[in-house]
Amino acid sequence: MKKELTAHDKERYGRQMLVDGWSEDGQLKLKNAEVFISGVGGLGSPVSIYLAVAGVGKINVCDFDVPELSNLNRQILHHDARIGINKALSAKETLKILNPSIEIKEFPCKIEADNVHSLVGNSRIIIDCMDNFATRLILNECAIAKKIPLVYASVWGLSGYLSFINVPRTPCLSCIFPEAPPREAKFPVVGATPGVIGCLEALEVIKYLTGVGRNLENELLVWDGASVDFKKLPIRANKDCPVCGALRDKKA
Amino acid sequence: MSVKVRIPAPLQKLTSNKSEVEVEAATIKELVESLEKVYPGIKGRICDESGKIRRFINFYVNDEDVRFLKGDDTVLKDADQVSIIPAIAGGAGENRK
Ligand SMILES: [Zn+2]
Repeated sequence: MKKELTAHDKERYGRQMLVDGWSEDGQLKLKNAEVFISGVGGLGSPVSIYLAVAGVGKINVCDFDVPELSNLNRQILHHDARIGINKALSAKETLKILNPSIEIKEFPCKIEADNVHSLVGNSRIIIDCMDNFATRLILNECAIAKKIPLVYASVWGLSGYLSFINVPRTPCLSCIFPEAPPREAKFPVVGATPGVIGCLEALEVIKYLTGVGRNLENELLVWDGASVDFKKLPIRANKDCPVCGALRDKKA
Repeated sequence: MSVKVRIPAPLQKLTSNKSEVEVEAATIKELVESLEKVYPGIKGRICDESGKIRRFINFYVNDEDVRFLKGDDTVLKDADQVSIIPAIAGGAGENRK
């Protein structure tokens, strides 16, 4: 059943409803939207926080991990007292405080090829906040099968990438990177880096759901925080991509 | 041909922390060899044992992915800007085994 805006909503979200093209209609779209956040670590923290306070009606958060002391320099959903409890559960506790008027569902499990479809469920968009490529590729295939977009991001040190993947309008993740990079046990990262890139991910979701602005389609944002350089590189679909190639027009 | 190469953060350890270097090269293949001469070890990160560019590393010449040009045979002109864009895995979760 479609939810309507209450007087409380109109006051709570009044400032963002002033954004050009947003108004009550845009806010209603957020209130009636359901999204899937895969991973609530460094990227998932700012993503889920900003989507929650913007009033996205139902937020699904999935993570099988538990916060450790060494995570707390960047995973701002969690704090010392949460060390050892599940991250998805910890995320839910924090998000409920930030916005008690929305629904948050936690999935304390690992995303695998055989459970991803039921985990994502009726979500209208997947937000990739993973720390490994194997799971990203599972999410990529799921998004294509469900015909929903995937917001891709990753970070390293003071740098990060972002792209809005929406096949067949855009390349898929495998088109951009046909092979996963080797796993890095411990890479450098400071919290502000996933802060920057995670906020950009949240904004991509908000734009998609409200229809305000335009999404980062067919481009890869390459952000270098060390030199304060934002660069957008064009990305192209691979007609022979093993994941999405079958959906492509071979003559084009 | 003198070209500028943007070095991604994960490889900057090999280039004395330089984010941009200038090398002489007529193709992408030569560019990798030129880099290796000045910054030994970098080729092993970019190419596999057979000398092919690893599939998780993209090269851009002036904003075009070389996979849609001539791959590592792509010809370089003076003052071309080359960017090395490797896939990075990080989402800053990191505990996962
Ligand atoms: Zn593809």
